[in-house]
Amino acid sequence: MNNVNGSVVGSSSGSGDGSAPRRNSKRPKYSRFTQQELPACKPILTPKWVISVFTLIGVVFVPIGIASLMASNDVVEIVDRYDNVCVPPNMTNDKVAYIQNNATDKTCIRTLEVPKHMSQPIYVYYQLDNFYQNHRRYVKSRNDAQLRKRSQANETSGCDPEKRTIDGAPIVPCGLIAWSLFNDTYIFAIGNKNLTVNKKGISWKSDRDHKFGKDVFPKNFQSGPLIGGAKLNATKPLSEQEDLIVWMRTAALPTFRKLYGRIEQDLNAGDVISVTLKNNYNTYSFSGKKKLVLSTSSWLGGKNDFLGIAYLAVGGLCFFLAVAFTIVYLVKPRKLGDPSYLSWNRNPAGH
Amino acid sequence: MAYEDDDPPLSLHLPRPISEPHLRLDPLSLSAPSAVRHGSRAESERLASSQPELADADARLVIVGDPGRTDPHLQLAGNAVRTAKYSPFTFLPRNLFEQFHRVAYVYFLVIAVLNQLPQLAVFGRGASVLPLAFVLLVTAVKDAYEDWRRHRSDRSENNRAASVVDSRDSQFRTKRWKDVRVGEVLKVFADETIPCDMVLLATSDPTGVAYVQTINLDGESNLKTRYAKQETTSRPIGDAHPFAAGLIRCERPNRNIYGFLANMEIDGKRVSLGPSNIILRGCELKNTAWAIGVAVYAGNETKVMLNSSGAPSKRSRLETHMNRETLLLSAVLITLCSVVSICNGIWLGKHRNDLELSQFFRKRDYSDSGENYNYYGIGMQVFFTFLMSVIVFQIMIPISLYISMELVRLGQAYFMIRDTNLYDESSNSKFQCRALNINEDLGQVKYVFSDKTGTLTENKMEFRCATIRGRDYSSGKVPLQDNGGTHSVLVGDRIWKPKMSVKTDPELVALLQSKVETEQGKQACEFFLALACCNTIVPLVVETADQKQKLIDYQGESPDEQALVYAAASYGFVLIERTSGHIVVDVRGDRQRYDVLGLHEFDSDRKRMSVIIGCPDKTVKLYVKGADISMFGVIQKTVNLDIIRATETSLNAYSSLGLRTLVIGMRKLSRNDFEEWQSAYENASTALIGRGRLLRAVASNVERDLHILGASGIEDKLQQGVPEAIESMRQADIKVWVLTGDKQETAISIGFSCKLLTSEMTQIVINSNSRESCKKSLQDAVAMSSKLAAISPDSENILRGTGSSRIALALVIDGNSLVYILETELEEELFKVATVCDVVLCCRVAPLQKAGIVALMKNRTDDMTLAIGDGANDVSMIQMADVGIGISGQEGRQAVMASDFAMGQFRFLVPLLLVHGHWNYQRMAYMILYNFYRNAVFVFILFWYVLYTAYSLTTAISEWSSVLYSVIYTALPTIVVGILDKDLSRRTLIKYPQLYRAGQRDERYNLKFFILTMMDSIWQSAAIFYIPYLAYRHSVVDVSSLGDLWTLAVVVLVNIHLAMDVFQWNWITHASIWGCIVATVICVIVIDSIWMLPGYWAIFHIMGTGLFWLCLLGIIIAGMLPHFTTKALTEYFMPNDIQIARELEKYQKNAATTSEIPMSTLSQLL
Repeated sequence: MNNVNGSVVGSSSGSGDGSAPRRNSKRPKYSRFTQQELPACKPILTPKWVISVFTLIGVVFVPIGIASLMASNDVVEIVDRYDNVCVPPNMTNDKVAYIQNNATDKTCIRTLEVPKHMSQPIYVYYQLDNFYQNHRRYVKSRNDAQLRKRSQANETSGCDPEKRTIDGAPIVPCGLIAWSLFNDTYIFAIGNKNLTVNKKGISWKSDRDHKFGKDVFPKNFQSGPLIGGAKLNATKPLSEQEDLIVWMRTAALPTFRKLYGRIEQDLNAGDVISVTLKNNYNTYSFSGKKKLVLSTSSWLGGKNDFLGIAYLAVGGLCFFLAVAFTIVYLVKPRKLGDPSYLSWNRNPAGH
Repeated sequence: MAYEDDDPPLSLHLPRPISEPHLRLDPLSLSAPSAVRHGSRAESERLASSQPELADADARLVIVGDPGRTDPHLQLAGNAVRTAKYSPFTFLPRNLFEQFHRVAYVYFLVIAVLNQLPQLAVFGRGASVLPLAFVLLVTAVKDAYEDWRRHRSDRSENNRAASVVDSRDSQFRTKRWKDVRVGEVLKVFADETIPCDMVLLATSDPTGVAYVQTINLDGESNLKTRYAKQETTSRPIGDAHPFAAGLIRCERPNRNIYGFLANMEIDGKRVSLGPSNIILRGCELKNTAWAIGVAVYAGNETKVMLNSSGAPSKRSRLETHMNRETLLLSAVLITLCSVVSICNGIWLGKHRNDLELSQFFRKRDYSDSGENYNYYGIGMQVFFTFLMSVIVFQIMIPISLYISMELVRLGQAYFMIRDTNLYDESSNSKFQCRALNINEDLGQVKYVFSDKTGTLTENKMEFRCATIRGRDYSSGKVPLQDNGGTHSVLVGDRIWKPKMSVKTDPELVALLQSKVETEQGKQACEFFLALACCNTIVPLVVETADQKQKLIDYQGESPDEQALVYAAASYGFVLIERTSGHIVVDVRGDRQRYDVLGLHEFDSDRKRMSVIIGCPDKTVKLYVKGADISMFGVIQKTVNLDIIRATETSLNAYSSLGLRTLVIGMRKLSRNDFEEWQSAYENASTALIGRGRLLRAVASNVERDLHILGASGIEDKLQQGVPEAIESMRQADIKVWVLTGDKQETAISIGFSCKLLTSEMTQIVINSNSRESCKKSLQDAVAMSSKLAAISPDSENILRGTGSSRIALALVIDGNSLVYILETELEEELFKVATVCDVVLCCRVAPLQKAGIVALMKNRTDDMTLAIGDGANDVSMIQMADVGIGISGQEGRQAVMASDFAMGQFRFLVPLLLVHGHWNYQRMAYMILYNFYRNAVFVFILFWYVLYTAYSLTTAISEWSSVLYSVIYTALPTIVVGILDKDLSRRTLIKYPQLYRAGQRDERYNLKFFILTMMDSIWQSAAIFYIPYLAYRHSVVDVSSLGDLWTLAVVVLVNIHLAMDVFQWNWITHASIWGCIVATVICVIVIDSIWMLPGYWAIFHIMGTGLFWLCLLGIIIAGMLPHFTTKALTEYFMPNDIQIARELEKYQKNAATTSEIPMSTLSQLL
């Protein structure tokens, strides 16, 4: 049909388009953006790239893993679970009754041996197991406005079920978190010499300065029929109640530690520390555990081998993958961008 | 009129048969010019269906010039239009109502409401409502802005000035459009827009003709003729109540812009009114100094307003698939919630006795008479936990995805519209995206159903050759030559010249010049006279820059007729004037006046049209032109058999060249014949019932015993680049079907010239006239195809188009056979045959059959169908197909109005499908998967944590971060990538059309991908959760700090995941991905700087520790390791075509292109 098409040179054309001069062409303006032709980088995972990425990860991760493990190894940690042993033998069948009885003496003496030299500062933690400080009922039961401002003392919304006393007076600090403040106490001694525990500065400065008011004092606290934990000194403002501040930074996980204080002197290997503790806090009702922890710290925090092992594992895996990919590339090479690999060229017989 | 093609284009230029009983025309007196003769004449209906009588109950009564007495309820509805949807008072309720039509929003709302119950309050009030409120607000603002613009345009529209007769003193006064009422008489001047639908009463033309341009209504730019009735045109203007007492009874307002049914009682006479007596709002008056009319429909009842409907709404395939995965995700969500609630029940059961004394639970509220606090027994507790977990895990169903998808489609549409490759120079039309929700369907099309005329071809008809008295004057023997100066006409001192000249055949020219007296010469004269007369073309005289010269522009609705009239002009028969009653033709320098006594319009039953002409020599002649089949039925066969045979031979030759053929015949009417016809014609045209049917009968009656004059061949040129486009689509595994109203021979020859058919193909032709023979031919075809498949064992490879030695099949089927096949059990057989054929050509098909064929494939396969066409006859097919494309061409805009996308040329399909379709599909597929993945990672992190909170649904990640996660932290990059990322460049996609098959095979989005992505998301969430969990176990870390770590980790990780999958990095991609991470850090810092929140200052504390950074690094590497490794492995060892093409793009810049790749001609396409 080309002869038909070719022999005619537009001698006739339809109506309309020749008559009106084209005043405004609607041709879209050209720009690299609208034509989707912006300069761009098109990365492709070539063998070279893949192997270098794996090698690089291995090179970075293995040293970090080793360093982490070493840091974790340097940390000296003494952990002592005392909740069971501090119950008098005759009360072991009903620990809840024991702990709820205000008349009994809760004093308990533990001795700890220092396995290795511990350089100061030595952090004293208490560790609670199975205590769901992250339980929905619990985490919500607080009121931050009340903690910060004296004028907002009546603001107890969200504090259920520890909002007000039976006569309706607002509790400051209200809520389950404050109500359940941990109240075991520890006194440390080596031989006859007491070890001073510095309880100043154990909480976040930001909390002391901005979250807990300097003019807010405890009111009607722990006055209900069920005592949850510690009582507060009503003459000290909340910003100075550091145990409360620490406690109210609710823990993320059901097994957690909270800072109790710092021992600011070195302990030598073989030192025997005697701890006089008051076993007040009720963890028996929910079969929780209480532990006393003395620990030094490293750049990575406390004793935890996980990260070191994980880094070593990932780094090792990457080295392995780098080697594996190298071998596979050598065994089964493929030329990149070879059109004969295109499906319609590769398999003309169809599949 | 397109005689060979399909339906007649909707014609508004209606000839007017004589209807006045007392003004009987004497053919002998016709030579006397009489302007008054074209008075009131009834119209022939163009709608073939019989006309229902206008019952008074259904009618609207309009009293001319007296709006007060017109229907009282009409007075309320003035001419004010209201396109705005809302008013300030109704905006809120109506907009909200419309927005909540989306299921997704209802889901949102239910969750937000659930959260308001005190027992379930998981999030704070604000945080839970915020996302919904945000989405609603954004949409509402968008709607409000659009509505404000509509209000503004309504206001300016309503306050335009119109000239209206004041009923008190009958003077024309200026009135605002909105105050015009039904029944008022208006005057419109040249080039003014018509303010409402009005019945013409008088115009500046003494015969009552007015020309209007309907471009605003239907996009057609040619002029249409409208008439005022003679009963009203003769009234003196300025007389008191010149039109008073006229009563118009018209049908109720409807949206048919091509139909109008009314009658007018004036001076005791009843005059019928039709679509040619009404001028519609939005049209412009042209070439007419003024026109007076009476308003019959005003305001929102005008036809243009009734026709303003929105774009059609379709749902994309990907979205349908996505719903399947959404259901799967819902199942996952319910599973997660069940696990949590059941575990919670078990936990509560186990600790039943501890709940009261456990400090963290404390069942009772002692301050309040010792009742249980927020505890309703284990059963209820489990139930509440379930509901709460639905709230907490709600974003498992990615609601934001719906909004992102809309934004992405908007962006994609922006780029498609701006693409210079989709701009058509010749019609000055940009690509149009009319449907905004099926962009990605363009990447999955498997079948293209194409119209022929105007779609494959230009629909610019060109007269090529003629057969006169059996003698063929075609280019075959002597090449056509431009005879230099075209025929021009001297009018006064000016030269009038047709706008276009046609190349003429020298032999024919010589015949006309020197041998007029021979029988052949006379016949040739009659032939060209017939071409000049037998049409509905209006010559318009256009001024040119040259003072001495004017151009004659032939305006008409049928390109065929235009071509014929231009051809006649080139041979010296120049049509120079047409009024409603006569035409003036310059016959070889001699101006002659012919009276048009009657005109029988084209209709699809007769397939021909005719005029009855009173000649200057007082004879009356009938000229008929029409399709060959219909014409040979009415031609006198007793004489001149050899001429008829010779004509048939040349007709076959013409159609095998792909020309459109018309046969022209004539008959001299004797006085008796004429009078008989005239009375029948008058009766028919004044009939109130079945006017159209009667007129057709009159026409059939007179169109008989014709004397054959000859035949014409008109070429419809192929559009530029069509063969290349079809070749590209063939390689892309897109099957192209051509559905045309043309003759089989024409269709096949066009098929060859556009390379749809090749000589190697085996053609299966089905032309049957009964069910049985249809069945038999179909069964034969099935048998044949299976036999051929057995010969070439790679039958699967039929679709591959690799050019192996297999035998290709083409099916040619005509409309007659389809009558017996469609919607019967034979459909199945046809489907079987059609699927094994490479090419299917359907000829002589009616518009509804086109839709039927599309439906046949659409309902039986999962493959996407696309229909492309340009005319009104393609509308049903365009609406039926999954994707409808309109060509904004010569045949008006109905196809465009019905389409999802509109463009100027057929060849634009290639960049549209192969490039934009591919990109859109790839982008959208990735975006959906990514959104599923992104939200799943987040939900799984929440889930892991819940397992360590006694199943109490605490979230470590602060509630604001949860809310902002999919709105701010991760939203922008996926949208940017969804709009901008390109896996392959335009050039590669055009060069290798085979790459398009990825979309047809659902390669980028399928269940396997979904499951793999979900597994990856579980792994990544586990890495994000458990690395910090194990690293911070037994430490002093608090909820907020750990939550911040998790927030940052998940945001960084999902963004890096996205970054790893991005194909092309330009500065926008960089900015959005890295910017999002920075924005997240800023947001987290801001949230942690609010002392009211428990997480105050946590981020600073945790960022100060080495452990945090080591965890973050570990999470990113460990989380990405599987994705990266599998990506590296599959890309290298199991590369898909796209991957190889990307490598080609990158590494083959310098290397010589291998020649074995089949290449299409790029230059033609781009």
